[in-house]
Amino acid sequence: MKKFGLTAMMLAGALALGNASAATVIKIATLSPLSGGQSDLGTQIKNGAQLAVNEYKAQFAKLGFDLQLVGYDDQADPATGTASARKIAADKSILAVVGTLNSGVAIPSSAALQPSHVAMVSPANTANQVTDRGLSNMNRIVARDDAQGPAGANFIMSNLKAKKVYIINDKTAYGEGLAKEVEKALKAKNVQVVAYEGTEEKNDFSSIIAKIQLQKPDAVYFGGIYNQAGVFIKQLRDKGLDTPVIGGDGFDSAELATIAGAGANNIYFTTVAAPIDALPAAKIFAGNYQKAFKKPAQGFGAFGYDAGKVVVQGVLAAIKNNGNKLPTRVQVENAIRKGAFSGLLSGSVTFNSVGDRKAAKMYVMNVQGGKYKLATTVNVSAPRN
Amino acid sequence: MDLSTLAPFLVNVVVGGLVLGFVYAIIALGYTMVYGVLQLINFAHSEVFVTGAIVGYEVFRVLEPSPMNGYLKLIIALIAAMIVSGGLNVLIERLAYRPLRNAPKLVPLITAIGVSLILQDLLKIIEGLQGRFDLTYTLPQGFSNKFCATGSSCAAFGDTLRRIGVDLQVKDIILVVVALLSLAVLNYLVNHTRLGRAIRAVAQDRVTAGLMGIDSNRMISATFLIGGALGGVSGVLFGMKFGTVNAYSGFDPGIIAFTAAVLGGIGSIPGAVLGGLLLGVIQNLIGVTNVLGSITGIANLAAIDASYQRIGAFIVLVLILIFKPTGLLGKSNTEKV
Amino acid sequence: MTAAPTQARRRQDMTLPLLLLAAVTSLVLIISQHGDVLARLGGLGTFLGNPLVRAVVLSLFLANLLFAYRWRTQPWAKVLVGAACLLLVLPWAGRDNTSLFDTAIQIGIFAALALGLNIVVGLAGLLDLGYVAFFAVGAYMWGIFGSGQIATILKYYGEHAGATNAGTLVIGLLLTVITAASMLFIRRAGKGRAPSRASSISFGLASFGLVAGLTLTGRALLVLNAAKAQGLATGLDAGFFWLFLALSIFAAAVMGVLIGLPVLRLKGDYLAIITLGLGEVIRVLANNLTLYTNGSQGTPPIKSASVPWLDALAGRLGFSPDQYPLFFLYFLVLIIISLIILVNIRLDRSRIGRAWIAIRDDEVAAQAMGIPLMRTKLIAFATGASFAGIMGMIFAAKQAATITPESFVLNQSIGVLSMVILGGMGSIPGVILGAAVVTLLNLSILPSLGEATANMNIPQQVNPAQLQRLVFGVILVVAMLFRPEGLLPNQRQAMQLHEGEDDNAPAVDSIEADSGQDAHAEMASPGLAGREDDERTGGVK
Repeated sequence: MKKFGLTAMMLAGALALGNASAATVIKIATLSPLSGGQSDLGTQIKNGAQLAVNEYKAQFAKLGFDLQLVGYDDQADPATGTASARKIAADKSILAVVGTLNSGVAIPSSAALQPSHVAMVSPANTANQVTDRGLSNMNRIVARDDAQGPAGANFIMSNLKAKKVYIINDKTAYGEGLAKEVEKALKAKNVQVVAYEGTEEKNDFSSIIAKIQLQKPDAVYFGGIYNQAGVFIKQLRDKGLDTPVIGGDGFDSAELATIAGAGANNIYFTTVAAPIDALPAAKIFAGNYQKAFKKPAQGFGAFGYDAGKVVVQGVLAAIKNNGNKLPTRVQVENAIRKGAFSGLLSGSVTFNSVGDRKAAKMYVMNVQGGKYKLATTVNVSAPRN
Repeated sequence: MDLSTLAPFLVNVVVGGLVLGFVYAIIALGYTMVYGVLQLINFAHSEVFVTGAIVGYEVFRVLEPSPMNGYLKLIIALIAAMIVSGGLNVLIERLAYRPLRNAPKLVPLITAIGVSLILQDLLKIIEGLQGRFDLTYTLPQGFSNKFCATGSSCAAFGDTLRRIGVDLQVKDIILVVVALLSLAVLNYLVNHTRLGRAIRAVAQDRVTAGLMGIDSNRMISATFLIGGALGGVSGVLFGMKFGTVNAYSGFDPGIIAFTAAVLGGIGSIPGAVLGGLLLGVIQNLIGVTNVLGSITGIANLAAIDASYQRIGAFIVLVLILIFKPTGLLGKSNTEKV
Repeated sequence: MTAAPTQARRRQDMTLPLLLLAAVTSLVLIISQHGDVLARLGGLGTFLGNPLVRAVVLSLFLANLLFAYRWRTQPWAKVLVGAACLLLVLPWAGRDNTSLFDTAIQIGIFAALALGLNIVVGLAGLLDLGYVAFFAVGAYMWGIFGSGQIATILKYYGEHAGATNAGTLVIGLLLTVITAASMLFIRRAGKGRAPSRASSISFGLASFGLVAGLTLTGRALLVLNAAKAQGLATGLDAGFFWLFLALSIFAAAVMGVLIGLPVLRLKGDYLAIITLGLGEVIRVLANNLTLYTNGSQGTPPIKSASVPWLDALAGRLGFSPDQYPLFFLYFLVLIIISLIILVNIRLDRSRIGRAWIAIRDDEVAAQAMGIPLMRTKLIAFATGASFAGIMGMIFAAKQAATITPESFVLNQSIGVLSMVILGGMGSIPGVILGAAVVTLLNLSILPSLGEATANMNIPQQVNPAQLQRLVFGVILVVAMLFRPEGLLPNQRQAMQLHEGEDDNAPAVDSIEADSGQDAHAEMASPGLAGREDDERTGGVK
């Protein structure tokens, strides 16, 4: 009975695939958590990349290629991510990957992809180690921890004039890495760090808030993702504390203000993605996203879109360099590492020798009364060339 | 740091822990009821509880524009969540546990895990189809206000409370009151009604209870109904207290609540409550250990920050169970052969 | 999909069908992984290239091993099929698709974990929900020493030497030896008698001293070796891999005893929740002890041993250099798994194996028959832990780039438990099958559903790629409802209960085989309060 069902499914799959093999297929893969607790973030990345692919489909069709996107699920688990990466490596029609969400997955996956030179462009991994290994295939469009952290720290010192800072992280590679860099930068400038602590708690922050009430910091830095930080901010404001809360690009989501509710005040975050109002392209993107996925676009969607665009433009460049023929993976890898990409929501991108973004404009966004405004911009550059 | 700042701080931490503990306690009751009759860790209870939270979210969302009294909205939300979660729990029992009544004990445990996975994704689909993932509660006006805020009739009382560290919101009070009410109702139901007596009989000895004319399947269904309804209540309270739920947010509180049930002595209703409250307080106290360490000058304590909250609770559990292997209020009998 | 064959077919000699099936599936597997050949096959090639079809082909291919085990055939055919599939065909196909190696190693790892947990849960009846902790211990053993992390640690101790010198080392060693000896002495002196309060207190004190001695020794060793930090920037020499294979077994077993000592006197679900908690403790410690594990950032790149002649062989066979480590690990896993299976078979039939089953079925009776409860349970815990330890190390070597605490979450423990129950508790082939089925589902079949439907017009909310948990949950529930005894239930138990009946009887009846545990459920229980099932029994009081 089971076998019969499988056979039927096999046939169905074959029929569905049989129709679509006229042009040479070029696949772009995404690698992100599509199932489980982090699936919302992972799906945003996949959706964003999907929009980028849709945008360039026609252009590829003109050249005789059928551009497709395949979403791979890493379940936010390093072992599953590695296994998926090896599958991607084995599928020769996949030329590049957009991924991942978690650094703990990105590091082994990119190592698994490296021997077959599948280029990877990360929309979210800020941990220094991701590119510090100098892999030829690993690039990222977001700012490194040691660029983003100091940017946040500088803002805390010069714009908020804080003397005492309370640092919290979410005990993930992302949040802790970022918070560590903030701590380092603040301590270097002799700002008092009253506490540096991690928490995996997603619901109840009463003990941390009690400590904040006791120690009265001038600012709180939260290295983490918006759905955890939002709950924290809401509870902080409920206790009558108006302390500014600063975060990284993990805060970049309209949900942050929704979750924090009436407490969505005095929140700042650093991100490379331009505010939606600043760029006409961002508005179009938000509209397309809503139309395609019946969901409002969020930060990770924008990052996924940008990473997807880098990948697609890179593949396109490789095709052109190769005389409009199917490029090899190495050619794509080179085209991405050496190319210049424009028209992104986060400006234009070029990568340095290890795949970090050479120079980026970092926006410091401010949330007041649930509205997102641009507070200031900071220029950051990669530590190496 | 002197006593006049430290004492309110500690009171604040303990009170926060107690409120949290009430949420754990009600979730723990759902586990403990089911465990009492079937000796099964109902892994799916965390999703039953999330279902309640989502139902509550939907009720508050739909009723948001209506000028109805906030407390009425809450009662509607609670009742709806109780019905849906209770019904769901009964359904789960019928489909996934009852056919395995005589299978080895671990088999229903695996179906429970399976059901839990299924429900997580189903809830995600249901909300996802409407373009939502993280659901944020929109509470009725006033629920987020401070309890006895300045300007209210009890302002002086509120000030006194705040001076000793008790700083509560209206929703915290509602939470504790609803939790206590459900406890009272549960206690009456289990200890003073025919139904309760029958359930206890089934829990004690299913076969003999059957010989006495008790339909054990019906009693087990009733237990799941009650446990599920409690799950629904705890879901709404959870959503109210923390503001946000998603399809996967049941896992963590579920584990803690089950730990609370074990700590109190699994199968025991007062035990579950005691365990929940204790875990809430312990968690919060461990969360502030580093501050206490820096105040008392014990450097080693300073390293214990909020990231140890969860495992601190587990270590306390280990210590308590070593000295009292059946939990705090679990009865110990000699094993008969 | 790897459903057991029917009665009638098993009666006849199946040598020919087995060989035919093996040949066909092997051929299809190799073709389906080979891109160039697929391209030449046209429509059939597209069909075989479909991710879902590939996943099914891989499952069918692996099912050969099951058939070879189950079907009544000539013994040489079984050996031939097994050896050819594992040693020849799979590596061959893996040359074209490295992910097959990854999947195969992962199946091996989980099979070993499941076998280990099977001893704890299936044989000894101790529900352990924190089993992944031992896996983590093994992984971090090599993850720390086989990577640059050890240099970081040494450097730290070099800078924070305190008053440590050679004297500290001597004191530490002395303390360790003396306390260990006194612990042995107390145990020996108290043999055959119920431990008195004085003996338990002195035993506790001695064990405290032992921990202190070990800490001092370890610290002194680290400080005294701090100067070597420079030379260890990428970790110990890969040659130490072999030593650490033994050490990881040992470390995990010691961990098993340490965790087991306080908790094994608890019973039933109290044990379950406490092991769950301790598993979390290990993970949180791995996340917080940044000096040793580099916390959430993950360890630096981890080495793997390399065997020159094996690499040369792989090179000769056309494997690319980046595949050498996986090629090596694949065969290493095969060897280790065979050893573990052998150990399991020996244990199953040994005195200790019978003692475990006796404890599982009725603790009080077992004790009355003179089985030392605590020691027997501890051995079960330590044996199970050691399997996880060695596989943890292989996992670290396989991941190579880094290991992070994310790999050791509670869900992994639950996953391994579901493999054991799904396969058939207490049955060695059963739990291996369970591990293979669950791992294949998670790494191959369910993801391929998503890949195959990627470009179909399905709303993303209900896209199978997003619903792996749902599908997995449905499979778990359906499998348990229709085969509660597991896919390949324990034959011995089934046979014991059905003497004289057809020894190939469908094992549905073996529900009763496990009813020893179930008997507890029927015993009197004081209301909704704690049940006697959870009561501590004599001997350890």
